Amino acid sequence: MNNENLGKLILDDTVYETQLTKKFTLRKKYVPKDPKKITAFIPGVIREVYVKIGDNVKVGDKLLVLEAMKMRNTITSPMNGKIRYVAVSTGKSVAKNELLVEFE
Amino acid sequence: MSFLDRVRDFFQRKKTVEIGGGEQAIEKQKKMGKLTARERIQYLLDPGTFHEYDMFVEHKAEDFGMDKKFLPGDGVITGTGNILGHPVCIYAQDFTVAGGSLGLAHAKKITKMMDHAMRMGMPLIGINDSGGARIQEGVNSLAGYGEIFFRNTRASGVIPQISVILGPCAGGAVYSPALTDFVFVVDKISKMFITGPEVIKTVLGEEISMEELGGARVHAEISGNAHFYAESEQECFEQIKRLVTFIPWNNRKKADKFQPKPPIFDKPIAEILPKEPNEPYDIRDVIKALVDNSDFLEVQEHWAKNIVIGFARINGETVGIVGNQPLVLAGVLDVDSSDKAARFIRFCDAFNIPLLTLVDLPGYLPGVDQEHAGVIRHGAKVLYAYSEATVLKTTVILRKAYGGGYIAMCSRHLGADFVFAWPTAEIAVMGPEGAANIIFKNEIANAPNPEEMRKQKVTEYIEKFANPYKAAANGYIDAVITPEETRDFIIHALWVSQNKEDVPPKKKHGVPPF
Repeated sequence: MNNENLGKLILDDTVYETQLTKKFTLRKKYVPKDPKKITAFIPGVIREVYVKIGDNVKVGDKLLVLEAMKMRNTITSPMNGKIRYVAVSTGKSVAKNELLVEFE
Repeated sequence: MSFLDRVRDFFQRKKTVEIGGGEQAIEKQKKMGKLTARERIQYLLDPGTFHEYDMFVEHKAEDFGMDKKFLPGDGVITGTGNILGHPVCIYAQDFTVAGGSLGLAHAKKITKMMDHAMRMGMPLIGINDSGGARIQEGVNSLAGYGEIFFRNTRASGVIPQISVILGPCAGGAVYSPALTDFVFVVDKISKMFITGPEVIKTVLGEEISMEELGGARVHAEISGNAHFYAESEQECFEQIKRLVTFIPWNNRKKADKFQPKPPIFDKPIAEILPKEPNEPYDIRDVIKALVDNSDFLEVQEHWAKNIVIGFARINGETVGIVGNQPLVLAGVLDVDSSDKAARFIRFCDAFNIPLLTLVDLPGYLPGVDQEHAGVIRHGAKVLYAYSEATVLKTTVILRKAYGGGYIAMCSRHLGADFVFAWPTAEIAVMGPEGAANIIFKNEIANAPNPEEMRKQKVTEYIEKFANPYKAAANGYIDAVITPEETRDFIIHALWVSQNKEDVPPKKKHGVPPF
């Protein structure tokens, strides 16, 4: 058996010598979602930004407009709080899960 | 017009259609490294067997200057012919004619062939090379696609459907191949995607080449959309011919029987398994040591490699083989491998191909990514497919069969007709290490030397449970057999099961977890 590209996989405390696939090796470690960070739920372009650093917002207040697939999605605040950081400005393209706004 | 003039006129008309988009367009096609639609049909079918229909079909579109445009054959060649003596219906889109774009007349030629294939019970082969919908024809071209998808679905499980992607196949067009049984792709030639690089760039700002987005390798290795990958069109045609010999013409027939041949694999079957149970080996070696002429046609060879699926013959009869691959990820079941196995099992069942399952797996792949990707829902597909299958189901447990993996891999409990196990089989809820750590947790913790106690308990567990005899004692296994006897037991199982009857409960259809 060609042992060069064998890795180790541990299942139920047993170590298996086996090839590891690219998909397996590249899998992302799970990071719990930070409720204070508002991220893009879809890739698109920022069309409006309604808030700035230091603003106090309430649940339901408009934060920004994210246009994706020809739809203008208004992103509203999920909480009452103070804006710590605005990561985007009008016209910026954002990837999925990219940070948009962060609360204090 | 005199008789001779009529004949001359006919040949002239025929020639105009046969040249397709003309010499310049053909040259362009060649420059892209592609054969023409006509050449493709010629290479794929047995010489002199192609019979073409609907050569003089013309479109009826009038908008955008279409009324003045003559499109030879409306951009698709259709007909019937033979592959290694098997009758097939075939269509090939002609990229030299308006980019192989699909209009209503083009679609009608295809659906006519599909209806014919269904009625006459023969395989359908579609060669895709098209820029997509013919935009000038508007909703009519969408209607054309829809009519094709509808027939692909109706024909599923009735006749084998083969899609060959030899050029672009983009947007809605991809759904015809996706609905068919086997998709063939060729490196640097095949391109499949729903939205192309241009759209992705403008809408999302992500830059990617066509090849990286939907090239042959992507679909063979990452998406799992393709079943066969070739380096050239010629190699692709050889693969198709090989596949056709393994499958029946339709769901009322069995695959052709061939002259039985012994395996010619150079390693004795008893020497393939490594000494240690956690060491890997290539399950394909076991397959080659079992099947006629050691000839195995692997399906989806490059995707979800932790499970191996494909066709072979045993004693001259086609069998569909599903085997865990200890060489890759220890042979675990996961989202992709479950999906891969389940679809293959359903194909075999639909087309009267007996199933042979080779089991050696430690269970399911743990991980947040797996759970969140729906390993429950995907894993359930394997259980569903095996339980639903009424063809002969033979299972051989070579080594590990742990936990849910044991149940899923065509166990007695899912309706296997024959379950055999090698003396090396370990049929248990989990591996000895893990099991001992749970069962003897307190004994180990309270022992003066926990590590020693742990080892002792693991050995105890191995002696008691890591064997096939507990399962055999319950009749869950029909026979414990040596590797050398295995081929003979499978041949015998095929022989005594010729008249298997297993009538599922009456229903419209089940609701599988897809």
